[in-house]
Amino acid sequence: MGTPLWNRKHLLGMADLTREEIHSILEAAASLREVNRREIKKVPTLRGKTIINLFYENSTRTRTSFELAGKRMSADVINMSVASSSVKKGETLVDTLATLHAMNPDLVVIRHPESGAQEFLARHLDAALVNAGDGRHEHPTQALLDLLTINDHLPLLGRAGFEGLIVAVCGDSLHSRVARSIALGLRTMGAEVRFVGPPGLIPPHAEEAFGVRVFHHLEQGLANAHVVMALRLQLERMNVGFIPSVREYFTFWGLTRSRLAKAAPNVIVMHPGPVNRGVEIASELVDDPECSVILEQVANGLAVRMAVLYRLCGVGGGR
Amino acid sequence: MTLVNAREEILLSAQETRAAIHLLADQICADITQPKKRVMVGIRRGGAVVAQLLRERLNPLLGLELPMGSLDITFYRDDLRTIGPNPVVGATDLTMQIDDKRIILVDDVLFTGRTIRAALNALFDYGRPEAVDLVVLVDRGGRQLPIQPDYAGHILATGGRDSIKLVESQPGEWHLVRRWLE
Repeated sequence: MGTPLWNRKHLLGMADLTREEIHSILEAAASLREVNRREIKKVPTLRGKTIINLFYENSTRTRTSFELAGKRMSADVINMSVASSSVKKGETLVDTLATLHAMNPDLVVIRHPESGAQEFLARHLDAALVNAGDGRHEHPTQALLDLLTINDHLPLLGRAGFEGLIVAVCGDSLHSRVARSIALGLRTMGAEVRFVGPPGLIPPHAEEAFGVRVFHHLEQGLANAHVVMALRLQLERMNVGFIPSVREYFTFWGLTRSRLAKAAPNVIVMHPGPVNRGVEIASELVDDPECSVILEQVANGLAVRMAVLYRLCGVGGGR
Repeated sequence: MTLVNAREEILLSAQETRAAIHLLADQICADITQPKKRVMVGIRRGGAVVAQLLRERLNPLLGLELPMGSLDITFYRDDLRTIGPNPVVGATDLTMQIDDKRIILVDDVLFTGRTIRAALNALFDYGRPEAVDLVVLVDRGGRQLPIQPDYAGHILATGGRDSIKLVESQPGEWHLVRRWLE
Protein backbone atom coordinates (compact mmCIF):
# COMPACT_ATOMS: atom_id res chain seq x y z
CA MET A 1 0.00 0.00 0.00
CA GLY A 2 1.61 3.23 -1.13
CA THR A 3 1.38 6.45 0.82
CA PRO A 4 -1.26 8.66 -0.74
CA LEU A 5 0.19 11.85 -2.13
CA TRP A 6 -1.00 15.26 -1.11
CA ASN A 7 1.35 18.21 -1.25
CA ARG A 8 -0.92 20.98 -2.44
CA LYS A 9 -1.36 24.10 -0.42
CA HIS A 10 -4.61 25.07 -2.18
CA LEU A 11 -7.56 23.26 -3.65
CA LEU A 12 -8.66 25.48 -6.52
CA GLY A 13 -10.05 22.98 -9.00
CA MET A 14 -10.33 19.39 -10.15
CA ALA A 15 -8.33 20.24 -13.27
CA ASP A 16 -5.14 20.27 -11.17
CA LEU A 17 -5.62 17.00 -9.30
CA THR A 18 -3.99 13.66 -10.06
CA ARG A 19 -5.64 10.31 -9.49
CA GLU A 20 -3.43 9.73 -6.43
CA GLU A 21 -4.39 13.06 -4.91
CA ILE A 22 -8.07 12.31 -5.41
CA HIS A 23 -7.56 8.92 -3.77
CA SER A 24 -5.85 10.51 -0.78
CA ILE A 25 -8.89 12.73 -0.17
CA LEU A 26 -11.39 9.91 -0.67
CA GLU A 27 -9.43 7.65 1.67
CA ALA A 28 -9.40 10.22 4.46
CA ALA A 29 -13.08 11.05 3.85
CA ALA A 30 -14.12 7.41 4.04
CA SER A 31 -12.46 7.19 7.44
CA LEU A 32 -13.87 10.51 8.68
CA ARG A 33 -17.43 9.42 7.95
CA GLU A 34 -17.16 7.26 11.04
CA VAL A 35 -16.73 10.40 13.17
CA ASN A 36 -20.06 11.74 11.90
CA ARG A 37 -21.89 8.61 13.06
CA ARG A 38 -20.62 8.74 16.64
CA GLU A 39 -22.28 10.15 19.67
CA ILE A 40 -19.36 12.56 20.13
CA LYS A 41 -18.96 13.92 16.62
CA LYS A 42 -15.64 15.62 17.01
CA VAL A 43 -11.94 14.85 16.63
CA PRO A 44 -9.20 17.14 17.93
CA THR A 45 -7.17 17.10 14.69
CA LEU A 46 -7.36 20.80 13.76
CA ARG A 47 -7.38 22.22 17.27
CA GLY A 48 -6.00 25.77 17.22
CA LYS A 49 -6.47 26.19 13.45
CA THR A 50 -8.56 29.10 12.22
CA ILE A 51 -10.74 28.71 9.16
CA ILE A 52 -12.56 31.61 7.49
CA ASN A 53 -15.53 30.97 5.23
CA LEU A 54 -15.54 33.89 2.80
CA PHE A 55 -18.71 33.86 0.73
CA TYR A 56 -19.35 36.47 -1.95
CA GLU A 57 -22.43 34.51 -3.06
CA ASN A 58 -25.10 33.07 -0.83
CA SER A 59 -24.91 29.34 -0.37
CA THR A 60 -26.38 28.05 2.83
CA ARG A 61 -25.74 24.40 1.99
CA THR A 62 -22.10 24.64 1.04
CA ARG A 63 -21.24 27.13 3.74
CA THR A 64 -22.96 25.07 6.44
CA SER A 65 -21.19 21.95 5.25
CA PHE A 66 -17.77 23.63 5.42
CA GLU A 67 -18.61 25.16 8.78
CA LEU A 68 -19.65 21.86 10.29
CA ALA A 69 -16.64 20.12 8.74
CA GLY A 70 -14.27 22.58 10.39
CA LYS A 71 -16.03 22.35 13.73
CA ARG A 72 -16.05 18.54 13.74
CA MET A 73 -12.28 18.67 13.22
CA SER A 74 -12.03 21.12 16.20
CA ALA A 75 -10.94 24.15 14.14
CA ASP A 76 -12.27 27.63 14.91
CA VAL A 77 -14.56 28.62 12.06
CA ILE A 78 -15.64 32.14 11.21
CA ASN A 79 -18.18 33.02 8.53
CA MET A 80 -17.74 36.22 6.53
CA SER A 81 -20.51 37.08 4.13
CA VAL A 82 -19.49 39.80 1.74
CA ALA A 83 -21.93 41.65 -0.46
CA SER A 84 -20.09 42.48 -3.65
CA SER A 85 -22.79 44.58 -5.25
CA SER A 86 -22.01 48.07 -3.95
CA VAL A 87 -18.24 48.11 -4.03
CA LYS A 88 -16.05 47.64 -7.07
CA LYS A 89 -14.67 44.14 -6.96
CA GLY A 90 -11.01 45.08 -7.09
CA GLU A 91 -11.30 47.34 -4.08
CA THR A 92 -13.30 44.82 -2.12
CA LEU A 93 -10.77 42.10 -2.65
CA VAL A 94 -7.79 44.23 -1.70
CA ASP A 95 -9.58 45.43 1.42
CA THR A 96 -10.62 41.91 2.26
CA LEU A 97 -7.09 40.68 1.75
CA ALA A 98 -5.78 43.19 4.29
CA THR A 99 -8.46 42.18 6.78
CA LEU A 100 -7.71 38.51 6.29
CA HIS A 101 -3.99 39.10 6.74
CA ALA A 102 -4.67 40.72 10.09
CA MET A 103 -6.69 37.72 11.29
CA ASN A 104 -3.97 35.30 10.23
CA PRO A 105 -6.16 32.32 9.35
CA ASP A 106 -4.73 28.91 8.49
CA LEU A 107 -7.27 28.26 5.79
CA VAL A 108 -9.78 30.29 3.80
CA VAL A 109 -12.79 28.78 2.06
CA ILE A 110 -13.93 31.13 -0.67
CA ARG A 111 -16.91 31.36 -2.95
CA HIS A 112 -16.70 34.17 -5.47
CA PRO A 113 -18.50 34.81 -8.75
CA GLU A 114 -15.18 35.35 -10.58
CA SER A 115 -12.47 32.70 -10.75
CA GLY A 116 -9.76 35.38 -10.73
CA ALA A 117 -10.51 36.13 -7.08
CA GLN A 118 -9.26 32.74 -5.94
CA GLU A 119 -6.06 33.06 -7.94
CA PHE A 120 -5.48 36.55 -6.54
CA LEU A 121 -5.90 35.48 -2.92
CA ALA A 122 -3.88 32.30 -3.47
CA ARG A 123 -0.95 34.44 -4.62
CA HIS A 124 -1.11 36.95 -1.79
CA LEU A 125 -2.32 35.06 1.28
CA ASP A 126 -0.22 32.78 3.47
CA ALA A 127 -3.28 30.70 4.27
CA ALA A 128 -4.37 27.61 2.39
CA LEU A 129 -7.30 28.25 0.06
CA VAL A 130 -10.29 26.10 -0.85
CA ASN A 131 -12.44 27.04 -3.79
CA ALA A 132 -16.10 26.61 -2.79
CA GLY A 133 -17.36 27.65 -6.20
CA ASP A 134 -16.26 30.32 -8.64
CA GLY A 135 -18.72 31.47 -11.26
CA ARG A 136 -19.15 28.85 -13.96
CA HIS A 137 -15.64 27.58 -13.47
CA GLU A 138 -15.15 24.96 -10.71
CA HIS A 139 -16.55 23.56 -7.46
CA PRO A 140 -14.02 20.89 -6.51
CA THR A 141 -15.45 19.68 -3.19
CA GLN A 142 -18.78 18.95 -4.87
CA ALA A 143 -16.94 16.82 -7.42
CA LEU A 144 -15.00 15.02 -4.69
CA LEU A 145 -18.17 14.18 -2.75
CA ASP A 146 -19.71 12.87 -5.96
CA LEU A 147 -16.63 10.72 -6.56
CA LEU A 148 -16.85 9.35 -3.01
CA THR A 149 -20.54 8.54 -3.48
CA ILE A 150 -19.91 6.82 -6.80
CA ASN A 151 -16.94 4.96 -5.32
CA ASP A 152 -19.22 3.52 -2.60
CA HIS A 153 -21.57 2.14 -5.24
CA LEU A 154 -18.98 0.63 -7.59
CA PRO A 155 -19.38 -2.91 -6.15
CA LEU A 156 -23.18 -2.81 -6.59
CA LEU A 157 -22.68 -1.57 -10.14
CA GLY A 158 -20.42 -4.56 -10.74
CA ARG A 159 -17.31 -2.42 -11.31
CA ALA A 160 -13.87 -2.81 -9.79
CA GLY A 161 -12.96 0.83 -10.37
CA PHE A 162 -13.85 3.97 -12.28
CA GLU A 163 -12.44 2.67 -15.59
CA GLY A 164 -15.24 1.99 -18.05
CA LEU A 165 -17.87 3.52 -15.79
CA ILE A 166 -20.41 5.56 -17.75
CA VAL A 167 -21.68 8.73 -16.10
CA ALA A 168 -24.43 10.76 -17.76
CA VAL A 169 -24.47 14.38 -16.60
CA CYS A 170 -27.89 15.64 -17.65
CA GLY A 171 -29.22 19.15 -18.08
CA ASP A 172 -27.68 22.58 -17.92
CA SER A 173 -23.95 21.93 -17.99
CA LEU A 174 -23.34 25.35 -19.58
CA HIS A 175 -24.01 27.27 -16.36
CA SER A 176 -22.80 24.53 -14.04
CA ARG A 177 -19.43 24.59 -12.31
CA VAL A 178 -20.43 21.27 -10.75
CA ALA A 179 -20.63 19.71 -14.23
CA ARG A 180 -17.18 20.99 -15.13
CA SER A 181 -15.55 19.84 -11.92
CA ILE A 182 -17.14 16.39 -11.92
CA ALA A 183 -16.34 15.88 -15.60
CA LEU A 184 -12.68 16.73 -15.00
CA GLY A 185 -12.52 14.55 -11.88
CA LEU A 186 -14.20 11.57 -13.53
CA ARG A 187 -11.92 11.83 -16.56
CA THR A 188 -8.89 11.77 -14.26
CA MET A 189 -10.29 8.63 -12.61
CA GLY A 190 -10.80 6.99 -16.03
CA ALA A 191 -14.59 7.10 -16.34
CA GLU A 192 -16.57 7.93 -19.49
CA VAL A 193 -18.50 11.17 -19.03
CA ARG A 194 -21.46 12.30 -21.10
CA PHE A 195 -22.99 15.75 -21.18
CA VAL A 196 -26.65 15.29 -22.07
CA GLY A 197 -28.84 18.29 -22.80
CA PRO A 198 -30.19 20.74 -25.37
CA PRO A 199 -27.50 22.34 -27.58
CA GLY A 200 -28.00 25.74 -25.94
CA LEU A 201 -27.19 24.39 -22.47
CA ILE A 202 -24.00 22.48 -23.29
CA PRO A 203 -20.69 24.38 -23.08
CA PRO A 204 -19.20 25.06 -26.52
CA HIS A 205 -16.40 22.63 -27.48
CA ALA A 206 -17.27 20.46 -24.45
CA GLU A 207 -15.68 17.40 -26.09
CA GLU A 208 -12.24 18.96 -26.33
CA ALA A 209 -12.43 21.07 -23.18
CA PHE A 210 -13.65 18.38 -20.77
CA GLY A 211 -13.11 15.10 -22.62
CA VAL A 212 -16.82 14.30 -22.56
CA ARG A 213 -19.24 12.88 -25.13
CA VAL A 214 -22.17 15.14 -25.95
CA PHE A 215 -25.72 13.86 -26.45
CA HIS A 216 -28.60 16.05 -27.53
CA HIS A 217 -31.16 13.31 -26.91
CA LEU A 218 -31.94 12.24 -23.35
CA GLU A 219 -32.73 8.53 -23.93
CA GLN A 220 -29.59 8.09 -26.03
CA GLY A 221 -27.51 9.80 -23.39
CA LEU A 222 -28.92 7.58 -20.64
CA ALA A 223 -28.33 4.32 -22.51
CA ASN A 224 -26.27 1.92 -20.35
CA ALA A 225 -25.22 4.68 -17.96
CA HIS A 226 -24.18 3.45 -14.50
CA VAL A 227 -24.57 6.86 -12.91
CA VAL A 228 -27.05 9.56 -13.87
CA MET A 229 -26.44 13.01 -12.52
CA ALA A 230 -29.26 15.54 -12.88
CA LEU A 231 -28.10 19.14 -12.86
CA ARG A 232 -30.10 21.91 -11.31
CA LEU A 233 -31.76 24.08 -13.95
CA GLN A 234 -30.39 27.43 -12.83
CA LEU A 235 -33.69 29.27 -12.90
CA GLU A 236 -32.08 32.39 -11.45
CA ARG A 237 -29.76 32.57 -14.45
CA MET A 238 -32.51 31.95 -16.95
CA ASN A 239 -33.38 35.55 -17.62
CA VAL A 240 -32.07 35.51 -21.16
CA GLY A 241 -34.31 32.82 -22.64
CA PHE A 242 -32.19 29.67 -22.81
CA ILE A 243 -35.35 27.54 -22.65
CA PRO A 244 -38.92 28.18 -23.81
CA SER A 245 -40.60 27.18 -20.52
CA VAL A 246 -40.00 25.10 -17.42
CA ARG A 247 -42.86 22.76 -18.32
CA GLU A 248 -41.51 22.17 -21.78
CA TYR A 249 -38.06 21.55 -20.30
CA PHE A 250 -39.42 18.76 -18.10
CA THR A 251 -41.28 17.22 -21.04
CA PHE A 252 -38.09 16.85 -23.08
CA TRP A 253 -35.31 16.79 -20.50
CA GLY A 254 -36.83 15.80 -17.15
CA LEU A 255 -35.46 12.58 -15.63
CA THR A 256 -38.28 10.10 -15.08
CA ARG A 257 -38.47 6.46 -14.07
CA SER A 258 -39.44 5.31 -17.56
CA ARG A 259 -36.51 7.17 -19.13
CA LEU A 260 -34.17 5.70 -16.56
CA ALA A 261 -35.07 2.20 -17.80
CA LYS A 262 -32.55 2.74 -20.61
CA ALA A 263 -29.70 2.97 -18.10
CA ALA A 264 -27.63 0.10 -16.65
CA PRO A 265 -29.05 -2.17 -13.91
CA ASN A 266 -28.69 -0.73 -10.38
CA VAL A 267 -28.15 2.75 -11.86
CA ILE A 268 -27.77 5.46 -9.24
CA VAL A 269 -29.29 8.94 -9.56
CA MET A 270 -27.42 11.93 -8.19
CA HIS A 271 -28.20 15.62 -7.87
CA PRO A 272 -25.97 18.35 -6.44
CA GLY A 273 -28.98 20.11 -4.87
CA PRO A 274 -31.03 22.08 -4.31
CA VAL A 275 -33.47 20.08 -6.44
CA ASN A 276 -36.13 21.67 -8.63
CA ARG A 277 -38.69 18.90 -8.32
CA GLY A 278 -40.61 18.36 -11.52
CA VAL A 279 -38.18 20.48 -13.55
CA GLU A 280 -34.95 18.56 -14.15
CA ILE A 281 -36.07 15.44 -12.27
CA ALA A 282 -39.38 13.83 -11.35
CA SER A 283 -40.24 14.22 -7.69
CA GLU A 284 -40.77 10.46 -7.20
CA LEU A 285 -37.22 9.72 -8.39
CA VAL A 286 -35.71 12.10 -5.85
CA ASP A 287 -37.29 10.09 -3.02
CA ASP A 288 -36.81 6.63 -4.53
CA PRO A 289 -34.48 4.70 -2.20
CA GLU A 290 -33.82 2.15 -4.97
CA CYS A 291 -31.85 4.62 -7.07
CA SER A 292 -31.58 8.05 -5.43
CA VAL A 293 -28.34 8.68 -3.53
CA ILE A 294 -28.96 12.41 -3.06
CA LEU A 295 -28.92 12.30 0.75
CA GLU A 296 -25.76 10.16 0.70
CA GLN A 297 -24.19 12.98 -1.31
CA VAL A 298 -24.97 15.47 1.44
CA ALA A 299 -23.48 13.21 4.14
CA ASN A 300 -20.43 12.54 1.98
CA GLY A 301 -20.04 16.27 1.38
CA LEU A 302 -19.39 16.80 5.04
CA ALA A 303 -16.82 13.98 5.21
CA VAL A 304 -15.06 15.12 2.02
CA ARG A 305 -14.77 18.68 3.32
CA MET A 306 -13.34 17.39 6.59
CA ALA A 307 -10.80 15.41 4.55
CA VAL A 308 -9.89 18.44 2.43
CA LEU A 309 -9.38 20.62 5.51
CA TYR A 310 -7.27 17.85 7.05
CA ARG A 311 -5.00 17.38 4.04
CA LEU A 312 -4.58 21.13 3.41
CA CYS A 313 -3.92 22.05 7.04
CA GLY A 314 -1.30 19.33 7.10
CA VAL A 315 0.57 21.00 4.26
CA GLY A 316 0.11 24.55 5.54
CA GLY A 317 1.18 23.61 9.04
CA GLY A 318 4.36 22.00 7.78
CA ARG A 319 5.62 25.09 5.96
CA MET B 1 14.04 11.45 7.68
CA THR B 2 15.78 9.79 4.74
CA LEU B 3 16.70 6.17 4.69
CA VAL B 4 20.31 6.18 3.52
CA ASN B 5 21.42 2.79 4.69
CA ALA B 6 18.97 0.33 6.13
CA ARG B 7 19.99 -2.78 8.00
CA GLU B 8 17.49 -5.22 9.33
CA GLU B 9 17.48 -7.63 12.20
CA ILE B 10 14.82 -10.12 13.17
CA LEU B 11 14.06 -9.44 16.82
CA LEU B 12 11.49 -12.19 17.25
CA SER B 13 10.93 -15.00 14.78
CA ALA B 14 7.40 -16.02 13.88
CA GLN B 15 7.63 -18.81 16.43
CA GLU B 16 8.96 -16.51 19.15
CA THR B 17 6.30 -13.89 18.35
CA ARG B 18 3.58 -16.49 18.73
CA ALA B 19 5.11 -17.74 22.00
CA ALA B 20 5.30 -14.18 23.36
CA ILE B 21 1.67 -13.56 22.47
CA HIS B 22 0.58 -16.83 24.07
CA LEU B 23 2.44 -15.94 27.25
CA LEU B 24 0.76 -12.50 27.25
CA ALA B 25 -2.64 -14.12 26.78
CA ASP B 26 -2.02 -16.49 29.68
CA GLN B 27 -0.99 -13.60 31.95
CA ILE B 28 -4.03 -11.54 30.99
CA CYS B 29 -6.31 -14.52 31.44
CA ALA B 30 -5.01 -15.14 34.96
CA ASP B 31 -5.98 -11.57 35.93
CA ILE B 32 -9.47 -11.60 34.45
CA THR B 33 -12.16 -11.94 37.07
CA GLN B 34 -15.19 -10.69 35.13
CA PRO B 35 -14.73 -11.83 31.52
CA LYS B 36 -18.07 -10.38 30.41
CA LYS B 37 -16.87 -6.88 31.25
CA ARG B 38 -13.86 -7.18 28.98
CA VAL B 39 -13.53 -5.61 25.54
CA MET B 40 -10.40 -5.85 23.44
CA VAL B 41 -9.35 -2.85 21.37
CA GLY B 42 -6.34 -2.94 19.02
CA ILE B 43 -4.63 0.20 17.77
CA ARG B 44 -4.34 0.13 13.99
CA ARG B 45 -2.46 -1.26 12.32
CA GLY B 46 0.08 -3.31 14.30
CA GLY B 47 -1.90 -3.35 17.54
CA ALA B 48 -4.98 -4.67 15.78
CA VAL B 49 -2.89 -7.62 14.53
CA VAL B 50 -1.58 -8.39 18.02
CA ALA B 51 -5.10 -8.05 19.45
CA GLN B 52 -6.44 -10.55 16.92
CA LEU B 53 -3.69 -13.06 17.76
CA LEU B 54 -4.21 -12.54 21.49
CA ARG B 55 -7.90 -13.09 21.13
CA GLU B 56 -7.42 -16.37 19.27
CA ARG B 57 -5.65 -17.66 22.37
CA LEU B 58 -7.83 -15.92 24.97
CA ASN B 59 -11.26 -16.93 23.66
CA PRO B 60 -10.86 -20.66 24.30
CA LEU B 61 -9.18 -19.99 27.66
CA LEU B 62 -12.11 -17.79 28.75
CA GLY B 63 -14.75 -19.87 27.06
CA LEU B 64 -16.34 -16.88 25.33
CA GLU B 65 -15.92 -14.53 22.37
CA LEU B 66 -14.25 -11.34 23.56
CA PRO B 67 -15.81 -8.32 21.84
CA MET B 68 -13.14 -6.76 19.66
CA GLY B 69 -12.69 -3.37 18.08
CA SER B 70 -9.94 -1.44 16.36
CA LEU B 71 -8.92 2.17 16.74
CA ASP B 72 -7.33 4.41 14.13
CA ILE B 73 -5.67 7.31 15.90
CA THR B 74 -4.63 9.40 12.89
CA PHE B 75 -7.04 12.21 13.71
CA TYR B 76 -5.87 12.27 17.34
CA ARG B 77 -2.15 12.60 16.67
CA ASP B 78 -0.28 15.57 18.12
CA ASP B 79 2.11 15.90 15.19
CA LEU B 80 -0.04 17.15 12.27
CA ARG B 81 2.47 19.97 11.95
CA THR B 82 5.50 17.69 11.53
CA ILE B 83 4.19 14.56 9.83
CA GLY B 84 2.86 16.57 6.94
CA PRO B 85 -0.31 15.91 5.05
CA ASN B 86 0.16 12.31 3.96
CA PRO B 87 -0.41 9.89 6.81
CA VAL B 88 -2.23 6.76 5.73
CA VAL B 89 -5.69 6.98 7.23
CA GLY B 90 -7.43 3.82 8.38
CA ALA B 91 -10.89 3.37 9.78
CA THR B 92 -11.90 2.98 13.39
CA ASP B 93 -14.21 0.05 14.01
CA LEU B 94 -15.66 0.37 17.48
CA THR B 95 -19.32 -0.52 17.36
CA MET B 96 -19.75 -2.10 20.76
CA GLN B 97 -20.71 -0.23 23.90
CA ILE B 98 -17.62 0.56 25.99
CA ASP B 99 -19.32 2.34 28.90
CA ASP B 100 -18.39 0.63 32.21
CA LYS B 101 -16.28 -1.97 30.39
CA ARG B 102 -12.75 -2.92 31.28
CA ILE B 103 -10.81 -2.32 28.06
CA ILE B 104 -7.80 -4.37 27.03
CA LEU B 105 -5.98 -1.82 24.87
CA VAL B 106 -3.42 -3.46 22.59
CA ASP B 107 -0.50 -2.05 20.60
CA ASP B 108 2.46 -3.72 18.92
CA VAL B 109 5.32 -1.44 20.01
CA LEU B 110 5.34 0.99 22.94
CA PHE B 111 7.87 3.81 22.49
CA THR B 112 7.27 7.49 23.35
CA GLY B 113 3.76 6.88 24.69
CA ARG B 114 2.23 9.44 22.33
CA THR B 115 0.24 6.87 20.38
CA ILE B 116 -1.28 5.58 23.63
CA ARG B 117 -2.09 9.15 24.71
CA ALA B 118 -3.91 9.65 21.39
CA ALA B 119 -5.63 6.26 21.67
CA LEU B 120 -6.92 7.06 25.17
CA ASN B 121 -8.33 10.38 23.93
CA ALA B 122 -9.98 8.61 21.02
CA LEU B 123 -11.36 5.86 23.26
CA PHE B 124 -12.99 8.35 25.60
CA ASP B 125 -14.83 9.93 22.67
CA TYR B 126 -16.70 6.62 22.41
CA GLY B 127 -17.72 6.30 26.03
CA ARG B 128 -16.53 6.01 29.60
CA PRO B 129 -14.83 2.70 30.26
CA GLU B 130 -14.46 1.54 33.84
CA ALA B 131 -10.75 0.90 33.33
CA VAL B 132 -8.15 0.48 30.60
CA ASP B 133 -5.31 -2.06 30.70
CA LEU B 134 -2.43 -1.59 28.29
CA VAL B 135 -0.93 -4.62 26.54
CA VAL B 136 2.07 -4.29 24.21
CA LEU B 137 4.05 -6.90 22.36
CA VAL B 138 7.26 -4.87 22.73
CA ASP B 139 8.22 -2.16 25.21
CA ARG B 140 11.23 -0.44 23.69
CA GLY B 141 11.69 2.29 26.33
CA GLY B 142 12.17 5.92 25.30
CA ARG B 143 9.02 7.22 26.96
CA GLN B 144 8.17 10.92 26.68
CA LEU B 145 4.93 10.64 28.67
CA PRO B 146 4.02 8.98 31.96
CA ILE B 147 2.49 5.90 30.35
CA GLN B 148 3.46 2.31 31.26
CA PRO B 149 2.19 -1.04 30.04
CA ASP B 150 0.33 -3.46 32.28
CA TYR B 151 1.57 -6.34 30.15
CA ALA B 152 4.65 -6.39 27.89
CA GLY B 153 5.67 -9.42 25.85
CA HIS B 154 9.25 -8.32 25.22
CA ILE B 155 11.37 -5.55 26.72
CA LEU B 156 14.16 -3.80 24.83
CA ALA B 157 16.39 -0.80 25.38
CA THR B 158 16.82 1.07 22.11
CA GLY B 159 18.42 4.29 21.01
CA GLY B 160 15.66 5.60 18.83
CA ARG B 161 17.60 5.46 15.56
CA ASP B 162 15.69 2.39 14.53
CA SER B 163 12.14 1.34 13.84
CA ILE B 164 10.50 -1.83 15.08
CA LYS B 165 7.67 -3.35 13.07
CA LEU B 166 5.52 -6.44 12.88
CA VAL B 167 5.91 -8.03 9.45
CA GLU B 168 3.69 -10.72 7.96
CA SER B 169 6.02 -13.35 6.51
CA GLN B 170 3.26 -15.74 5.50
CA PRO B 171 -0.49 -15.41 5.93
CA GLY B 172 -1.12 -15.47 9.69
CA GLU B 173 2.62 -15.67 10.46
CA TRP B 174 4.09 -12.51 11.96
CA HIS B 175 7.62 -11.73 13.04
CA LEU B 176 9.19 -8.66 14.59
CA VAL B 177 11.82 -6.73 12.63
CA ARG B 178 14.17 -3.98 13.74
CA ARG B 179 15.40 -1.65 11.03
CA TRP B 180 18.24 0.79 11.67
CA LEU B 181 17.96 4.27 10.22
CA GLU B 182 21.10 6.28 9.51
